[in-house]
Formats: sequence, C-alpha cells, structure tokens
Amino acid sequence: MSRGWIVVALLGIATMAFKAAGPVLVGRRELPPRLRACVDLLAPVMLTALVVTQTFGGDEELELDARVVGLGAAAIAIALRAHIVVAMFVAGLATALVRLAV
Amino acid sequence: MPDSPPRPRIRDGVRIAIPLAPSPILFGLAFGVLAADASGFGSLAAVVMSATTFSGAGQFASVSVLDAGGTVVAASLAGIFLSARYIAISMTIASIFPGGRLRRFAESQVIVDESWALSGRSGRFEWPILVGSGAFFYVLWVVSTAIGTVLGGVLGNPNALGLDAAFAALFLALAVPYLRDRRGVQAAALAAAITLALVPVAPAGVPIVAASAACLVGLRR
Repeated sequence: MSRGWIVVALLGIATMAFKAAGPVLVGRRELPPRLRACVDLLAPVMLTALVVTQTFGGDEELELDARVVGLGAAAIAIALRAHIVVAMFVAGLATALVRLAV
Repeated sequence: MPDSPPRPRIRDGVRIAIPLAPSPILFGLAFGVLAADASGFGSLAAVVMSATTFSGAGQFASVSVLDAGGTVVAASLAGIFLSARYIAISMTIASIFPGGRLRRFAESQVIVDESWALSGRSGRFEWPILVGSGAFFYVLWVVSTAIGTVLGGVLGNPNALGLDAAFAALFLALAVPYLRDRRGVQAAALAAAITLALVPVAPAGVPIVAASAACLVGLRR
C-alpha cells in the first residue's frame, strides 16, 4: 500500500470516529472545560503551523522566497473578505508571477 | 392548539443549504486539483479521502504534509489533529440523532462545520436540517473532488503555478476566524514559534506535529 493510501485510511477512520463520538459513544455530555479549551485550540494551532511550513519551509531550512508574496496577497484578499478559493488563486497567481519575473 | 413552527423536513435542510453550495463546490474542486498532483497521492486516493473523511481542513493538511515530504505518521496526525474538533462538535448535537447505533453512526458522518451551523440556526439543533444539508454538501464535496482531479490533469503541474503558496493561503483563511480571541492568538503565536524553531532541525512534518503542543495554552484559566 502506498504512503498516500495509508494516510487516507488513518485520517478517514479517525475522522469518522470523531464525528460519531457524540451520537454513538458518549451521548450529549460536555468535555471537561479545560480539555474542551485545548481541543478548541487545536484547529488554529495546526492551521498556523501549516501556514508557516507552507510559506517558509524548505528542505530542513527556512526559506524566504516568492511564497511570501503569495501569502501577503492572500492576506489582503482575506481582509477584503474574498472567498477562500479566491484567496488561494490570488496566492498562487502572485507566487507564479514572482517566479516568472525573478 | 397553539401555533408552533412546523417540524422541518430533510428537504428543508437541502433547501437551506443551497445558497452555501458554492463553498463545497469550489473547495472540492481545489482539493481535487491539488491532491491529484501531490506527491504520494493520486486521483483515486483524493476522491476516496473526500468520501471517507469529508472534512476539508483535515484533508488539505494531510495532503500538504505528505506533498512536502513528511512521513505517513506526520501527515496523518496533521489531519487527525484538525479533525479532533469534531469530538466537541458531535457531542453538542449527540441527542438529536434517532435510531440505533448503526444508523446514528452513518448519519453522524454528515457532520461538518457548515451543516452543524445550519442545523442550530433556530436556536436548537434540528436533525432534519443537519442530515438534509450535510448529505447535500457530501454529494457536492465528493463530486467536486472527482471533477477537480480531472481538471488537474488538464491544467498540468500546479506546483509550478504556486501550489505551495495556495496551500498557505488556504490555511491562513481557515485560521483567521479562530483568531478573534486572545487565547486563540496566543496559541497560534506559540505554534508559529515552535514551527519556525523546528523547521531547520527536524524532518518535514515533525514541526507541525510538535506545534500541536501549543493547544495546551487552553489549560490555563
């Protein structure tokens, strides 16, 4: 089985289990408040880490390149309340243009 | 008998979800285009992932870590940590599901951020709205992913077109709504610091997994 398929299986099983956790396993209960706070923070934490690696990540080194321009362009698009896909397109376009120019 | 609002039906859930249709369609197309071309992935894997995981953020996270050369474990954990929020979300609506365990399991799979939000729009969670809107989004998501993988083949190599920055933009856009309160900003800043510190010294994927520790900011009162 290729690497991709293993990830498909692991993420699929975990996400299915998480979605069923309330309705099938535990019923309508609350997580303990502190645990809930940690679970709630997982999303912004992981997303921020992904922004950093996607923008500055190299082969075990930090790189400053055209991607920064793309991310900046996306930030402006997001501030202007553009749809996520529009922000992605803007980032890709800006990055590609810088790569063409440099 | 006093007038009470009519009980919504599943078709009401579909109707309410229609204005939000562009989101799963565009997002699904983008996932199909990007995932089909990611290293270690392919068109079929992309569609199967959409059909089984049905959660945009987690799917994009796992695929991007894999594409960056991360290990299978790191790629899986990145997506799994993002999906963890469904534990809390599914617990808030656990009591609206009728029937036996198998049926509840099947119907719980249409829980996504949007169907969950729509189902609670009247102030209490409504099962027909959740299932109607969620099933509608599910079909759009899987079909759009499939179409995206075909489009990706036509477009050629999206990496040359700034794929990496498009991923970054996606994660930034998804993160912004969480950064409205101080603790969210603190946790995000800590995560960024951990990631920046580890990228030069650790293999791809490891910095992301290590950054998950920043969620422990939530332990502070």
